[in-house]
Amino acid sequence: MKQQVSSTVNGEPVEFLCAADETLLEVLRDRLSLTGTKEGCGTGDCGACSVLLDDRLVCSCLVFAAELEGRSVTTVEGIATPQALHPVQQKLLEHAALQCGICTPGVVVAAKALIDANPEPTEEETRYWLAGNLCRCTGYDKIIRAVMDAAAEMRGATS
Amino acid sequence: MSEAISEAGAFRQIGTRPIRPDGLDKVTGRANFGADFSLPGMLHGRFLRSPHAHARIRSIDITAALAVPGVKAIVTGKDFPDVAPGDIEGGEGGGDYHDMAVNVMARDKVLYHGHAVAAVAATSTRAAEEAVRLIEVEYEPLPVLLDIDSAMAPDAPLLHDHLYTEGLPEKPARPSNVAQVMESTRGDIEAGFAEADVIIERTYLTPTVHQGYIEPHACLARWGQDEQSTVWCSTQGSFDVRSMTARVLDMSISRLKVIPTEIGGGFGGKTTVYLEPVAILLSRKSGRPVKLVMTREEVFRASGPASASKIKLKIGAKKDGRLTAMSAWLAYEAGAFKGSPMVPGVMCVFAPYDVPAFKAVGYDVLVNKPKVAAYRAPGAPQALFATESAMDELARVLNMDPIELRLKNAVRDGSQASYGPKFNAIGMEACLQAAREHPNYKRPLGPNQGRGVAVGFWFNVGMQSSAEIHINEDGTATVIEGNPDIGGSRASMALMAAEELGIPYQDVRVLVADTEAAGFTNVTGGSRVTFATGMAVIEAARDIISQLKARAAALWNVDVEMVDWVDGKVVARPGVNVEADPLTLADIAGQAAKTGGPLLGRASLNARGAGPSFSVNLCDVEVDPDTGKVDVISYTAIQDAGKAIHPSYVEGQMQGGAVQGIGWALNEEYIFSAEGIMENAGFLDYRIPVASDLPMIDTQIIEIANPGHPYGVRGVGETPIVAPLAAVANAVNAATGLQMTELPMSPPRILAALEAAKG
Repeated sequence: MKQQVSSTVNGEPVEFLCAADETLLEVLRDRLSLTGTKEGCGTGDCGACSVLLDDRLVCSCLVFAAELEGRSVTTVEGIATPQALHPVQQKLLEHAALQCGICTPGVVVAAKALIDANPEPTEEETRYWLAGNLCRCTGYDKIIRAVMDAAAEMRGATS
Repeated sequence: MSEAISEAGAFRQIGTRPIRPDGLDKVTGRANFGADFSLPGMLHGRFLRSPHAHARIRSIDITAALAVPGVKAIVTGKDFPDVAPGDIEGGEGGGDYHDMAVNVMARDKVLYHGHAVAAVAATSTRAAEEAVRLIEVEYEPLPVLLDIDSAMAPDAPLLHDHLYTEGLPEKPARPSNVAQVMESTRGDIEAGFAEADVIIERTYLTPTVHQGYIEPHACLARWGQDEQSTVWCSTQGSFDVRSMTARVLDMSISRLKVIPTEIGGGFGGKTTVYLEPVAILLSRKSGRPVKLVMTREEVFRASGPASASKIKLKIGAKKDGRLTAMSAWLAYEAGAFKGSPMVPGVMCVFAPYDVPAFKAVGYDVLVNKPKVAAYRAPGAPQALFATESAMDELARVLNMDPIELRLKNAVRDGSQASYGPKFNAIGMEACLQAAREHPNYKRPLGPNQGRGVAVGFWFNVGMQSSAEIHINEDGTATVIEGNPDIGGSRASMALMAAEELGIPYQDVRVLVADTEAAGFTNVTGGSRVTFATGMAVIEAARDIISQLKARAAALWNVDVEMVDWVDGKVVARPGVNVEADPLTLADIAGQAAKTGGPLLGRASLNARGAGPSFSVNLCDVEVDPDTGKVDVISYTAIQDAGKAIHPSYVEGQMQGGAVQGIGWALNEEYIFSAEGIMENAGFLDYRIPVASDLPMIDTQIIEIANPGHPYGVRGVGETPIVAPLAAVANAVNAATGLQMTELPMSPPRILAALEAAKG
């Protein structure tokens, strides 16, 4: 038996039907065609499926889709404006902070959430905040620099 | 540092750090990876996998499974053709086509826990999962072999009844779990050890580890009644998927088109096939497109991993540090089918050193674990973990600086490599000198801290590549090539094309095309893409330049020898009287119709001259004596890149490889039950390094131009993972005063060693 769910995804009203055991990740990818959110493990260990649920950073593979009723979700597709990339996205590119790019959507969402919560993160705070976003390519160095640089730019500071 | 010069003069764009052409797609979620494709009517597939590490399959009953609503097709080993043995070509790492086919789907036996036994395609994943649960298989369990010693024992049970050791003077009388023996020797090793003042002799162990790419294997296959199949998949080599799948299914290559998706990491692990032949068969049986995506658990249990190893190493040296002899006994686990990276291990174990006498004997050993796949410099991290640990101990015994000891024995230009050729233009000495001068080598250490040094090496390969460049009407360009972009290679290709053609980087787009649109190209592996495919791009651009010269000469009504290509323009040679301005690419492209039609350049080659790559890593750790936990507090990777086309992506390779190596050294290992079941098949328990585990990874790129490439490029992708194992281990030993020889140096193992040392 399927449930009807009304929610907001990337600022737009969305209605969908889902089974009780369907995850938010499955609904985003398979029902709403928002494939920017990636599945790396399905067990909440890798962070590739990170999204904001009412502005809280979650692994969408650990959230039931039915929980979305009346709530709002932001995915990687909802971070940039039509005119410009978010500073986190721009800085990840400028720092060459992605190689294969599969972890990048999760990193973008998690880093935005970090800077929203803490506009001036230290290196240690950035590393701990992003500890749930596994990256096997970069060794994290350039990701950490890019996120701190984005935060600095958003504060209006020169980096 | 030397600087290579292009034919056009000093580089204008090579060595800059522009944003990658596919960057926007990858930060906005627009890029499509293996699991992101769907087709109308598509079915979802799931596997039934073996619950035993070794068993005979007595029977499989799919009756109940077929009755599940929504189930459209089920395949088992019986649905696959028999495939004749034959060495796998082109991929990365060894193996046999018959074995590959049996690895894709078990036939009469299962050989590791997780081995595919059947696959179901259904209208939903849940229906497929339910059907998988209802497939009834009767097994007859067989003895399980999980380590090198038991598999090599004379009376060991056999994985394969007809496997006879290769590489012996004559075919042995009895089958064995040792698939191959290989020996490499030079000089008088007995005399060398007799001459030594000091001898270090140790046994080194490394565990089974996984490549750990974040994107699980995924593919979508569509078979048609015209027998043509199309596969979208995440792979390092679309042409390899094509040839391997065609071989496993006994079909013509012309019947299969492989479209590479964006790839979410591979590190060697996506150079073979697991899903593609199964998806095509399911699609043929059901008449519908079929998508197969592995779970993370399946990735751990049934793909990759990299070989566990046991290496007995002996080195002899004079009091002044000069090596007199080295010997190694190297055994690599292949998993359930032959083809570990034992051969490159034997070839590289002494490669960094100029030693008068050596002997290395390698063994390719079968065990009841998943068949290993290539993992970044396959075989080298294990081999050089042993060599570089022993060198470190030698330095300590001799009370010598470890870099000094290595400089004293380093291979140089003209040294005969232990694996054959004479080295030319190599960077080993330059890397060692840079390490010795590096501020991180001089930083004072605190209590419980230690510093490790190690050398890394990889051969690098060339192989076959193709490239085309299409010039647009306005003089901008599209590069078409066939190597999936796993780490920013589109940026390197665009830089090389822009450099040659004298146009801005932003005016070049790069398309990674499918097997019907790109010329044949070998795998994205072997650190070959920037070197070999880059060479093809440069040659394709030069093909265009020669056409531009001919067209300008025709326009000016002069002989083609009277014009030249200078700074991105065709100019008349000095002394040639032409009353016209120099012509740029855009000028000529705008008049393409008048001058002979569209401009299209192309090149195909089998690249030779991939220069070997050396590195030196410095690692500082702090060991908590109460918990055994190791913190890496400083890490420095120094590596010869020949010429860094896009330095940020070269640094990225060095940093990423360093961190994979740190994981291998400190944390990562497959933990098996006595029955051969992996007990930590998830990222929670198989813990790869996370951001909070690490410091920044300092890098220093050395550029000793590779004479085998027009710009001096040498591969950089694999060498970075080679040095870290020993660099970290040597630092841990320095911090603790222990002499540990087994990886990973995890907290329980370090604590136990500390306790044992206390007595």
